[in-house]
Amino acid sequence: MHIADFTFYTFAIILVTAALFVVVARNPVHSVLWLILCFIQAAGFFVLLGAEFVAFLLVIVYVGAVAVLFLFVVMMLDVDFAELKAEMAKYVPLAGLIGVVLMMQLVLAFGTWEFSAGVEARLASPTPPLDEVHNTQALGLLLYDQYFLLFQLSGLILLVAMIGAILLTLRHRQDIKRQDVIAQMMRDPAKAMELKDVKPGQGL
Amino acid sequence: METILLFAPLVGALICGFSWRLIGEQAACVAATGFLFLSMLLSWIIFLTFDPGAHENGYYSEPLFTWIASGSLDTSWGIRIDRLTAIMLIVITTVSALVHLYSFGYMAHDENFKEGESYRPRFFAYLSFFTFTMLVLVTADNLLQLFFGWEGVGVASYLLIGFYYRKPSAGAAAMKAFIVNRVGDFGFLLGIFALFWMTDSINFDVILAMGPELAEMTFSFLGYEVNAANTIAMLLFIGAMGKSAQLFLHTWLPDAMEGPTPVSALIHAATMVTAGVFLVCRMSPIMEYAPFATNFIIIVGAATAFFAATVGLVQNDIKRVIAYSTCSQLGYMFVAAGVGVYSVAMFHLFTHAFFKAMLFLGAGSVIHAMHHEQDMRNYGGLRKKIPYTFWAMMIGTLAITGVGIPLTYIGFAGFFSKDAVVESAFAFGGDLGQYAFWLLVIAAAFTSFYSWRLMFLTFFGEPRGDKHTHDHAHESPWTMLAPLGVLALGAIFSGFIWYNSFFGHTDEVGEFFGVEYAEAGAHAAEGEHATEDSHGADAAAPAAEGGDHGGEAAYAEEAEHHYVLIGAPGEGAIHAAPGNDVLNEAHEVPTWVKFSPFIAMLLGLAMAILFYLVSPRLPKVWAETNPILYRFLLNKWYFDEIYDAIFVRPAIALGRLLWKGGDGKVIDGGINGLAMGIIPFFTRLAGRAQSGYIFHYAFAMVLGIVLLITWATLSIGG
Amino acid sequence: MIATDLSILTPEIVLAIYAMIGLLAAVYTSKDGLASTLTYVTAVLFVVMAFYIGVTGGGTRIAFGGMFVDDGFARFAKITILLAAAAILVISHDYMEKSDLLRFEYPMLITLATIGMMIMVSAGDLMALYMGLELQSLSLYVIASLRRDSVRSTEAGLKYFILGALSSGLLLYGASLVYGYSGTTLFSGIIDTAVNGELSIGLLLGLVFLIAGLAFKVSAAPFHMWTPDVYEGSPTPVTAFFATAPKVAAMALFARVVHDAFGGAVGDWQQIVAFLAVFSMFLGAIAAIGQTDIKRLMAYSSISHMGFALMGLSAGTEQGVTAMLIYMAIYVTMNIGTFAFIMSMEKDGRHVTEITALSNFSSKEPLKALAVLVLMFSLAGVPPMVGFFGKFAVLMAAVDAGLIWLAVAGVIASVIGAFYYLRIVYLMYFGAEEDGLDGRMGLVPWVGLVACAAIMVLGVFNLFGVDGLAEAAAATLVR
Repeated sequence: MHIADFTFYTFAIILVTAALFVVVARNPVHSVLWLILCFIQAAGFFVLLGAEFVAFLLVIVYVGAVAVLFLFVVMMLDVDFAELKAEMAKYVPLAGLIGVVLMMQLVLAFGTWEFSAGVEARLASPTPPLDEVHNTQALGLLLYDQYFLLFQLSGLILLVAMIGAILLTLRHRQDIKRQDVIAQMMRDPAKAMELKDVKPGQGL
Repeated sequence: METILLFAPLVGALICGFSWRLIGEQAACVAATGFLFLSMLLSWIIFLTFDPGAHENGYYSEPLFTWIASGSLDTSWGIRIDRLTAIMLIVITTVSALVHLYSFGYMAHDENFKEGESYRPRFFAYLSFFTFTMLVLVTADNLLQLFFGWEGVGVASYLLIGFYYRKPSAGAAAMKAFIVNRVGDFGFLLGIFALFWMTDSINFDVILAMGPELAEMTFSFLGYEVNAANTIAMLLFIGAMGKSAQLFLHTWLPDAMEGPTPVSALIHAATMVTAGVFLVCRMSPIMEYAPFATNFIIIVGAATAFFAATVGLVQNDIKRVIAYSTCSQLGYMFVAAGVGVYSVAMFHLFTHAFFKAMLFLGAGSVIHAMHHEQDMRNYGGLRKKIPYTFWAMMIGTLAITGVGIPLTYIGFAGFFSKDAVVESAFAFGGDLGQYAFWLLVIAAAFTSFYSWRLMFLTFFGEPRGDKHTHDHAHESPWTMLAPLGVLALGAIFSGFIWYNSFFGHTDEVGEFFGVEYAEAGAHAAEGEHATEDSHGADAAAPAAEGGDHGGEAAYAEEAEHHYVLIGAPGEGAIHAAPGNDVLNEAHEVPTWVKFSPFIAMLLGLAMAILFYLVSPRLPKVWAETNPILYRFLLNKWYFDEIYDAIFVRPAIALGRLLWKGGDGKVIDGGINGLAMGIIPFFTRLAGRAQSGYIFHYAFAMVLGIVLLITWATLSIGG
Repeated sequence: MIATDLSILTPEIVLAIYAMIGLLAAVYTSKDGLASTLTYVTAVLFVVMAFYIGVTGGGTRIAFGGMFVDDGFARFAKITILLAAAAILVISHDYMEKSDLLRFEYPMLITLATIGMMIMVSAGDLMALYMGLELQSLSLYVIASLRRDSVRSTEAGLKYFILGALSSGLLLYGASLVYGYSGTTLFSGIIDTAVNGELSIGLLLGLVFLIAGLAFKVSAAPFHMWTPDVYEGSPTPVTAFFATAPKVAAMALFARVVHDAFGGAVGDWQQIVAFLAVFSMFLGAIAAIGQTDIKRLMAYSSISHMGFALMGLSAGTEQGVTAMLIYMAIYVTMNIGTFAFIMSMEKDGRHVTEITALSNFSSKEPLKALAVLVLMFSLAGVPPMVGFFGKFAVLMAAVDAGLIWLAVAGVIASVIGAFYYLRIVYLMYFGAEEDGLDGRMGLVPWVGLVACAAIMVLGVFNLFGVDGLAEAAAATLVR
């Protein structure tokens, strides 16, 4: 067994175990922590594949941003996870049965796995040799050249996500005062102010 | 002209039936009647000017349009005019036109309909429609068109019998008529199929010429190898039996009297019921080669004549008496057709139409006068109250009983035609001829008895029944009396005028019907090249006519000029097979035979006088002394009861079983169970599954994918 | 090279740029005040694009190395989608305005969803497929909860989103299996692996997952569960939109995947699609019987109709695809008309969707009732309405492909389904006298309703030539 194989199986076992605990952990915060472990193991796979840039993207973006956001959300939400879990327990036997069936079929499929004939020739975007092209450069070529369409489309998708977020949450409250910077700056003292010459002892 | 004749009644029916709201009730009825009188006028023109000699084979046909063309089946609508058609045309249109006129009076007020309800346009439309379909029937130049008319008159008859649709009995009678006729029609249809199968055609000009060939052919029917001509003729005759109410299929006709009386006069006396006779005559080239079938016709015809006459003896409903009389007279016609003298059958049909229509219309006039009272036991002494009707009925009775002086040409219409039938039956000879002859003679005596009984009960004696009704009895309006008058002329003179044409010497008959004839000796030789000789034969005709027609001389002369009909099958209106010499022999029957109907008539008259004028108590006494026979006759030989037990009840039971059990329980129950039990169950199930919980939905999706994968792997792996 | 590729995508690019300009324009001007204008401009642009697609381009052109395919099939689907979307936009304007929902984002999101659909039907690659699908879905999730103050509307959006995510997961899992086996995401590559008509079990599993994901989008049972809730909860115009254009897109995508990528193994997916078809037809028909809300009823109706369309697809032949396209075109027309009517259902100034509100409708509005009657008969597939011909086409396709059992099941399901359509007609014509609908219908929805009904009747003569176009379109897909 090569060291690479050993590393792969280590990562794989930890990943599957962590994924399992994401689902079964009692405390949602623990679930998120298990999830972070999953991400890190996945990043390990990418390193094994020689895609170190993607690996670190995964760690930075998913672990650093997404998972932490998750953590905040989970902590802020007042959800009685224990009750949900109890509800879920009712379905465990049936779900377990179905899971087993599905698993058996997947095992059946993967047990007889073989690549289709001529897969080498068809391979979509084989990893270029490291000594010729940098990882980032290869990724750039893919994203901005070969997968230009997909890249633009994901841009559109993000646009939609943004519109959605604004549309569904932004509220123009009418009962609050808003700061109008331009109006403030353009105020003419002559109009805004009036000088009154008050004679002593007379009052207004 | 023929086209106008045919379609005028249809136009009348459509105008009357569909636009009476626009043009008014009276105008609609007048329109329908007007179109019929037009039709009648054209019919008489055709009848009087029709010259069979002027047309090849004695007929001409006028194509109208193509109807069905499928494979070798090619039927076109056409009008075929020959002597048979011409006779039927005048019978139909004359009676129909008169009945239309008569209906103005008869249908003016009807208590079966509510005040202000419009029923007359409907009635007239039905009448006109009936006339149209009847004309289609007789002018058909192929069997399918004939069948169309055949069914059309059935429908019209159904509608008219059930005209008083609020009366349950009328509805039942209409249904009975329709259903009984189905039995006959089924035979008729099978006959058409068989003919088409054998000859590959249903056009008359083809199939009629095939008669002798059909006699040689056989085909397999119901597992037996049968003779084509006999089987086809039998099947066609079964159709005719239904339409013409012959024994076993006669039960609908008396019940059909539920319809308004003009309908009885038109459809159930003069025209539709004679369609069967017409059919047999039309198919004479085939009938002639089907000895078995013709014998059967004789047996049934004679039996019907006898049976119906016996039943007529004891009926009390005035219309039923006449209905049974019709049935009986139709039997006479079939005997004549069966023995092979189709001209005589048509002769009796022709005269019968006049006097029987008149009897019905007269009876209608009586009923009208007596406020729709139909039981003769409640009549009596009406002679003075409704004199015109009385005289009309008297003429009709004289005609139907066949009053005339034997051995002379003096008598009423029925005298000529009925005697001709009786003599023909005797001339046919053999046991069958004797059988038919004696039954017909006895039936003639019965006819005389019940006809006079009707007269005596109605018009003589003391008024019986509701006094009030009798006090208000009144003569009918002119619209009802005028048709009676016209028909009376027919009842008196039609026999006398056309005697020679129908039952004169063979040469005259042949000329009238457009059939070739030749002297007996030359027959064999000339038969070979018949068409060629056609003109020569025509030329010879006037010479033969030169003879003296009056008195006994005509009979004596016969020996010298012995002609026979030699037309090939399909030529001319009727056909006589080689060897069929009944027409000639009928003139040579012994004198006692010629007297026999007359004596029978006198006997019946005497008995009627004895029973109903001299000692009116006698019928009652007689009925009490012979209760079994009386009830047997009163209940019409228990035909209805027997049919009820044998056919109707089992059929209803079977139908009920299939309806309640098969349709109701199994099919409806199944569908209802499915629609109201199982499907709502699933609906509820689906509703419950739609719980609104998102994890249920997700669960369903996962379940779905597992199912799909399982199926996919199993179907691939397996 | 890039210019050629882009030129093939002209309609999509135009729409995308338009969406961004529209957004900016609205944000920097009167915001929702521009919504009305934007709605109509968008509709007009859709029609123009449909026209453009119709007149330009011929034959099959591919862009971006096969990721994007512009063929007759795609054009047929795109034109249908664009016209349906335009019709829904125009028809829904009155309703949106009345119920204070006319936000400027609405037409823009519809535009973006439409772009997604156009990508979907043109997808030649699993990734392009997914991108199109997500673009469309995400837009739909948002507009489903457009009425954000309503619990039902937000719940609808959330349910749709979560279940949609699950289905995307299934789809992606399938896609990765397919990729893992064949080494490519291009359809043109995948089809080479199944050329012998035999799929390896890995590829088959991938296909099943793919189909499951797609079945969710066409709301075929048993992946239909979201449909009734989302249809009911969303604002009615959004429901109308859900029921029309996205269904066409998803069905076209379905056809493209099974034919373009797995056309070599018809026998394998035929069984699966037939199973979905039968399940959908029966579930849609049976479950709809118990509904009292017309929007839920239409949801089940669309499930059932998708079953019929899938029946055409499961034939696995060119005839089957033709039938499916005809069916979808007819289905969309019927639904536009029906929803034009549903949007106008109003009682005392409030929008109602209870079926019982239709009681005795015919005595008040005979013409509208007649139009609805025609549409219902057409939906039920009663001859001689056009809906019958759609059903007839798919049944014929199934029979000709030897799937007689499927056709028989379809006939039975359509008999069951006729019940609830006829119940609406029954209520309208013979329902008890009571206070029924009293809302007035704007001119545009009225025209939509009557025009659709008229098409259902007049189309019997030649289906307006749709069958010929569908045939030509199908010919380019099935080779």
